Amino acid sequence: MDVTSVLFYVFSAILLISGLRVITAKNPVHAALFLVLAFINASCLWMMLGAEFLALTLILVYVGAVMVLFLFVVMMLDVDLEAIRKGFWINFPLALVLGVVVLIEMLLVVLRNPLITTAVNADPATNISNSNKLGWVLYTQYSYPVELASMVLLLGLVVAVALTLRKSEKAAKYQNINKQVATDSKTRFTMVKMDSEVEDKGDAQ
Amino acid sequence: MIGMTHYLVLSAILFALSVMGIFLNRKNIIVVLMSIELMLLAVNFNFITFSSFLHNVAGQIFVFFTLTVAAAEAAIGLAILIILFRNLRSINVQDMDQLKG
Repeated sequence: MDVTSVLFYVFSAILLISGLRVITAKNPVHAALFLVLAFINASCLWMMLGAEFLALTLILVYVGAVMVLFLFVVMMLDVDLEAIRKGFWINFPLALVLGVVVLIEMLLVVLRNPLITTAVNADPATNISNSNKLGWVLYTQYSYPVELASMVLLLGLVVAVALTLRKSEKAAKYQNINKQVATDSKTRFTMVKMDSEVEDKGDAQ
Repeated sequence: MIGMTHYLVLSAILFALSVMGIFLNRKNIIVVLMSIELMLLAVNFNFITFSSFLHNVAGQIFVFFTLTVAAAEAAIGLAILIILFRNLRSINVQDMDQLKG
């Protein structure tokens, strides 16, 4: 067994065990932390497959942003841990049957397909890095989808803020269009009559 | 030697695990969202495996866009979860029956 095989088995074992702990953990905080471990191991496996750019993106985007968001939400909500575990063992037989059925079906497809078993593994000797290769395709052939993806991210940002903003609170600032349209010079500008300021030298000493 | 089948079997097991997770944690919508993230990871794993073994970069491009959409989805999902908790004081899926579905 060479080093690559050992690494593959170690990473995939940790990935599967942490995936199992995600779905069985009593505390949602533990589930989120095991999901972080699963993402890190998956990223190592992606690196073994030669997808360095996406492996690093997975760590940056998922571990750095999405999982931190999950942890924030889990810790912010005051959840009754006993109540949310109530149906766990009642649902267990159904979940086990469904999981095994899904697994068997996918294994039948994967293991019995002749196209998959005859795929080539040898990497052609090229000096182009994975990020370079992705960048060339991403900004030429896929430039329009990249712009659409940026719009999707902007939409997500605006929607997340708009959903969670509470308008009844004093702290939230929002526009009153009627008030803005009905305004005139008198509401914006007031003349104040006051005496002119005189510098008083004796007072300062 | 580790071949394509190893990676595909790994992602199949991961996908089945996350399907189980959705059914096991029917009371807890946070873990259901985490299971969906795990499911997306398994699917992305398949894309990367095929892209790497068949020397086609299109699979990795697709994973790039999937990651983008999944990040936006997670943000909006958690925002919906927060306003749901604000109104219902619970994250139980069975309490969300206002639509009488």
